[in-house]
Order: sequence, then C-alpha cells, then structure tokens
Amino acid sequence: MLDIIIDNRYPITAMILFVIGFGNMMLQPNLIKKVVAFNVMDAATFLLLASRGYIAGRAAAILTDGGANTDLYVNPIPAGLVLTGIVVSVSVSAFSLALIQRIHGSYGTVDMRVLLAEMKKREE
Amino acid sequence: MPSLAYNFPYICIFIAMISAILLSVSNSAKLSYYVTVGVAAVCAVLSFIFLVTVVRDDASFAFTMGKFPAPFGNEIKGGPLQGLLAAVFSVVMVMALLGGKTELFEDVDEKKMGLACVMLNMVLASLLVLTYTNDAFTAYVFIEISTIAACALVMIKDSGPTLVATIRYLFMSLLGSGLFLFSVIILYAITGHLLMPQLKESVEALMANGNYRMPLVLCLAMMTAGLGIKAAMFPFHRWLPDAHGTATTTSSAVLSGLVLKGYAVLMILMFCRVFTLDTVRAFHINDVVFTFGFLGMIMGSVKAIREHHAKRMLAYSSVAQLGYVFMGIGLGTEAGIAAACFQIIAHAFTKPLLFISVGRLASTTHHDKQLSALRGSAWNAPLAGIGFGVGALSMVGIPLFGGFAAKVNFATASIGDTEKIFLTLLVLAISSVLNALYYIPALIGLWSDRKPEARHAEKDTHCAVALVCLIAGIIFLGVGFSPIMDVIVQGIRLL
Repeated sequence: MLDIIIDNRYPITAMILFVIGFGNMMLQPNLIKKVVAFNVMDAATFLLLASRGYIAGRAAAILTDGGANTDLYVNPIPAGLVLTGIVVSVSVSAFSLALIQRIHGSYGTVDMRVLLAEMKKREE
Repeated sequence: MPSLAYNFPYICIFIAMISAILLSVSNSAKLSYYVTVGVAAVCAVLSFIFLVTVVRDDASFAFTMGKFPAPFGNEIKGGPLQGLLAAVFSVVMVMALLGGKTELFEDVDEKKMGLACVMLNMVLASLLVLTYTNDAFTAYVFIEISTIAACALVMIKDSGPTLVATIRYLFMSLLGSGLFLFSVIILYAITGHLLMPQLKESVEALMANGNYRMPLVLCLAMMTAGLGIKAAMFPFHRWLPDAHGTATTTSSAVLSGLVLKGYAVLMILMFCRVFTLDTVRAFHINDVVFTFGFLGMIMGSVKAIREHHAKRMLAYSSVAQLGYVFMGIGLGTEAGIAAACFQIIAHAFTKPLLFISVGRLASTTHHDKQLSALRGSAWNAPLAGIGFGVGALSMVGIPLFGGFAAKVNFATASIGDTEKIFLTLLVLAISSVLNALYYIPALIGLWSDRKPEARHAEKDTHCAVALVCLIAGIIFLGVGFSPIMDVIVQGIRLL
C-alpha cells in the first residue's frame, strides 16, 4: 500500500491540491481567497502534467550541439502545455483581480455574501 | 484535389482573431462595430460555402496547422456538422450585433467600444475553435479565452450589479474549466495523446483491455461536470440569470444564444470523437446527463414562471432550453445527439430574437424591463412584439416554428430507447406546458393595455433587419427542418 502511495506521490498530491483549490473556490466567500484557490487548483494540474512528462535521469529538452537523441531528454510536450497553462492562469488571475478591484471600488467589500445581500437590497 | 473551401474554417478563425487584435487599438466606435459585423458576416458566408462543399463531397477532413504533423502539431477538423454550426453561430452573431446596436452604443462608453468589439471577435473565434478543434488542449485554451471574453461582455455595461454578476459567472466558469483541464491531463497521462483521433483509439483500447478503468471514469465525469457548469446545466445554473439578465442586449443575445452552445457542442465532440458513445453508455454518464437535462427543463421553467423581470425570465428559460440539449445527449444515441444539435441551432435563433425584442420593447419604457412595465409596449414597437411572439410560440412548441421541430426530433430520437421513451415524452409534454405558462401570459401582456401616453420606438433599421432575419430563420427551421436534420445526421456520421 505504502509503495503504491510512494509511486503515485505526484498524482496523489495533485489530486489533494486540486480538491483543496476546488473546495475553497466553491465555499470561500472572500473573492481574493477564491482567486488564490483558483491558482492552487491550476498548480495541481500543472504538477500532474509536469510529473507525467518527467523521466528520471534525463535533461530538459533543449538542444545545444545539434544532438537530437531522444533518449537524453524528458518529454517536452507536457512542459509546453504547462507553459501555455500558466499563461492562461495568469491572464485569468489578472482579469479576476482587476474585476475585484472594481467591485471593491463600487461596493467597498470583497465578501460575496455581503455583495449578494447588497444586490438583493438594491433590487427591492 | 481538395477544394479551396477546405481552407475556410481556418481562415474564419484567423480573421476573427486578427480583427480582435487590430481592434484593440481602434479609437473609432463605429469603425470597430462595423468591422466586427463585417468579420462575422464574412465568417457566415465562408462557413456556408464550406458547408455546401463538404455536404456535396460527403467528406470531413483534418486541417494540419504549422510545420509539424500530428501527433505533435495542432489540427482542426471540419465536416458538415461543424460547417453548419459555424455558419449558424456566425449568422446569429451578426444578428445579435445588428439587433442590439442602439443599446450597445448607449450602454458602452464610446472610447471602450473598440475593446467591446475585441471581446465579441474573441467570442466568435473561440466558438469556431470549439466547433472545429481536433485537439483537447486547444479546446481548453479557447474555453478560457471564451470565459474571459464572455465575462467582459457581461461587464461592458459597467454598473454595480453587472460587476457582481460577472464575478459570479467568472468563478463558476473557472471551476468548470479547471475540471475540464484536470480531466484532459488525466486523459493525457493514461493515453499519451491530446489529439482526438489518437485519444479515441487509446480509449477504445483501454476499454477493450480493461486497464485504467477508474481514471477513465473520473476523467469522463470531470469533463462532463466541467462542461456542464460552463453550459449552465442544472443544478450548476445559478450564475446565469444575473449574468444574462443584467448585460446589454447584444451581450445577452450572444451569451444565451451562442456561448452556452459552444460548450454543449464541445461536450458532444468529446463524447463522440474521444470517449465514444459506447463508453459513455457503459459508464452511465449519459444517464446522469439525461437526469440533469430533464430536471433543468422543469426547474428552469418553474423559476422562469416566478420571475417578473423579462430578461431574467428569458435567462431562466435558457436553463430549460439547455436542458433539452442535455436530455438529447443523455439519450446516448446518434439520434439523440442529432436532436440535441438541432435544438442548439433552433435555440441559437430563438433566444437572441427574444432578447433583441425585449431590448427594443424596453426602449419604449425607458429601459424598464419588468414585465408589468412592458405591458402594451408591443403596440409601440410592433415588429419587436411580433418577434417576441414568434420566439415565444417557438419555445412553447407551436407547429411551423423551430421549437416544434426540435421537440418532434427529441420524441423521434427517444423511440428506440425503451427505458427513456416514457420519461422523454412526459418531460417534453410537461416542459411545453410550463413554457406556455410564462411565455403566453408575457405575450398577451405585451399586446394588451395599449398606453396612449407611451412613446413610440424610434426607427431602427439595423434592429428591424435582425428581427426579420431571425423570424425567417425560426420559420425556416420549423417548416424545412428535414434537410437540416439530414445535414446533421450526415455530419454526425462523418465526425
């Protein structure tokens, strides 16, 4: 049992992190904490992806002297996907934070419960 | 020799993205607007030519982009179904832009119109990519682009309620895209592929030898939940009424009529081209989707009945109408998927028509969109009143309109399924009655109590063109649905 856990330590860690991030995004009323939770969730997926591409004892897939022997390098595709994912994650985080700043300017709070109560009051 | 038209899907995506980038530096509101309309119109024409070509050739093909072939490079795949959906999405985008023009220019600051048009172009580009993509990771990237663009479209009105609605929409969308990404990564981890044809081969091999059964179930469940959240599948719909109800008319029409459909189409593609319907049925995921679908059809309508704000009522109605799509997918057969695709097209015409009509009618009531305030307003904007009538009757399922044809397709599709036929027919009947319970009183209200003191709507040629085209589209879908269904069935066969 312990061997299985050690062998699968990256997927298990990624899954735990993902659940922490997902749960906090669902349940946290504070908008800033939601953004942090989103980043934890994304980090979990990047960890899983990077761990799938890693092959022990091999180097990063950067060709230097024209040597293209694939036995020397780790799988470069997951690294490319992680980079793309990070760009997406940063863009979404920046957009969220800018939006939260505007909300704070309009309502003076970043608490979702207060915001929803405020909206209901304005509707009435 | 392949036809020139086989390049059109790529060209459509390219011009939508390039125009989005160029418009980010535009200072002229009118120029930005007309370029956006022009791009959508060009995409509609090119997609239609592409559709005619692939239907005639009875072909679908993969278009490799860049220097590297699969599995390293990126691909899009086009066929009759993708061509039809792309043409419909582009046409509806044009209509949404024309129909909501007046309100768009009133609600959006002139200096920010360029940025609003950037987002509209990005929505169009991401819809086209979600329709055409042959790569699961590219789908994720464009899901996120679509999320940001759609959220920006909600908040372009720039008022307090729209900001709060946007943040709710954004976080729910991020949950959905997070689940989708995680499932794509699991899929990559167990198969080593990201392109759909290779993924399909690997999934079939895994199903045959029984390996990685648990990760595969997890992956399919997470992907369904992720796309379900983004497409407002019941019970993940709570963000939708605020987002679609508070936005400007063009945004509401685009979000309700198109953006939600992009995710439903992607779900269909993933089910048919990656997991296969046999796998989906083996894991009973289709039963879960079916259940959420019919619950959405009922609960969305129940919520809409209790709503007094016209746009929020239409937003809840979208939850019910998306329920039909999920019910069709949940049947787990090609006939069910075909019926779901027809519903996607019918709703893509109907809901923007209803939003544009309400926007136009509200221009006679100082933008008060409460149903009580809109009473009698149809007399002051008759075309919008007729538009609302056609849309409402289509939603209820009156013959000669698109909604009726969609319901007939669902009923026909359920015939082969002895377990679900009773439930499908029952839910279709209940849902039609529930739809009538809020659309018919709203329609009667619009045409009753003519108020002599109310102001007449100002002449708006753009809006009139949009309303007439959408009305014609709905009637065409209702009367001539058979050839459309033939194209859809051909498209599903060639997926």
